Amino acid sequence: MTKSKTDKKFLAVDIFYLVMAALPIVCGMVIKILTATPSNGIEITGARIYFTIPMPLQDLPITESQINSWLVMITLLFLCLYFTHGLSVKAKLKRQLIAEWIVKQTQSLVDTNMGDFFKGYAPFIGAIMGLSALSSLLALFGIYSPTSDINVVGGWAILTFILITYYKLKGGVFNYLKGFTEPIFVMTPLNIIGEVATPVSMAFRHYGNVLSGSVIAVLIATALGGLSKLLLGWLPGFLGEIPFLQIGLPAILSIYFDLFSSCMQAFVFAMLTMLNISGAFPQDLYEKRMLKKRSKQNKKQKIN
Amino acid sequence: MELAIGLILAGCAIGAGAAMIAGIGPGIGEGNAVGKACEAIGRQPECKGSVTSTMIMGCAIAETTGIYALIIAILLIFVAPNMFVNILLNAVK
Repeated sequence: MTKSKTDKKFLAVDIFYLVMAALPIVCGMVIKILTATPSNGIEITGARIYFTIPMPLQDLPITESQINSWLVMITLLFLCLYFTHGLSVKAKLKRQLIAEWIVKQTQSLVDTNMGDFFKGYAPFIGAIMGLSALSSLLALFGIYSPTSDINVVGGWAILTFILITYYKLKGGVFNYLKGFTEPIFVMTPLNIIGEVATPVSMAFRHYGNVLSGSVIAVLIATALGGLSKLLLGWLPGFLGEIPFLQIGLPAILSIYFDLFSSCMQAFVFAMLTMLNISGAFPQDLYEKRMLKKRSKQNKKQKIN
Repeated sequence: MELAIGLILAGCAIGAGAAMIAGIGPGIGEGNAVGKACEAIGRQPECKGSVTSTMIMGCAIAETTGIYALIIAILLIFVAPNMFVNILLNAVK
């Protein structure tokens, strides 16, 4: 009797978490339907601005991409809660096994690509990967995906840039500045451009892939509509107006552009983040500096 | 006036087409990468997994220049004409 009771209790919590995870996506769809404007022909626009908050310097627009990325974050939060609530030492539940598998995979990925010094980076990398993949997958539900807005991806890339600079500074400020004049002094401007190019190329790669997928999907859907009108336009009444080629065919493209491409771009973005951060860290210089510091401290302690 | 707008539209279209010439590079590069990966898998079938993941990674990086060109082409087709025509109209006023 008691066992069945606990099962039921867990079931209720499960359902609550899953509903809470699905709710933001439904919300996004409802918002999209409510605010949709009638369009004719090809229409490719950026993120729609819902409303603006007046600010002292410049008005702050609240756009579709902002709201959708918050919805994605809520979904991710509740998915994580669903996978990790009620854990036991011996895994009995399927969802615990899935959660353990995800954590293990991320940890091993970070270990093999970043080395021992960056062991704590697994949650960050996992978060970026999940956020990016789920944001791009929103296109499956017909919602504007936040990753096809350059501001969102640019923000992530700037985060990576800050981390890169932070780990480069670990080898000492002088060594960081000296790194710009290598191999010869004349290369300094090019080196500075190369430094800025890393986040820019990361942001553009991700954004361009997602945006190109959506643009091609729109173009092909419109073309199929025109083709079906051409083929069946001679039929009388509303029969001729059914865009029968638009049914199902764009979904085949969507398998590549939405499912495969978005998951791969998430992986590539996380991979590049890992490689850039771990590549920026000067191991030898850092160890030398630490040795110097330690010897100084020892001397001070001896004097005292 | 019409001539000027027509020139703007034509320039944007020609520019977008010319920008997509950059699609040649990633095509050749990715083809090379996949070919070499196939060779590697043929030589050592046991390391198929790591070769495939490295290849996808490399392909995604090689794609970057093509993606730049694509973004510029998209901007030239969908964003630039409106902007330039607006600038022209404002200048005429």
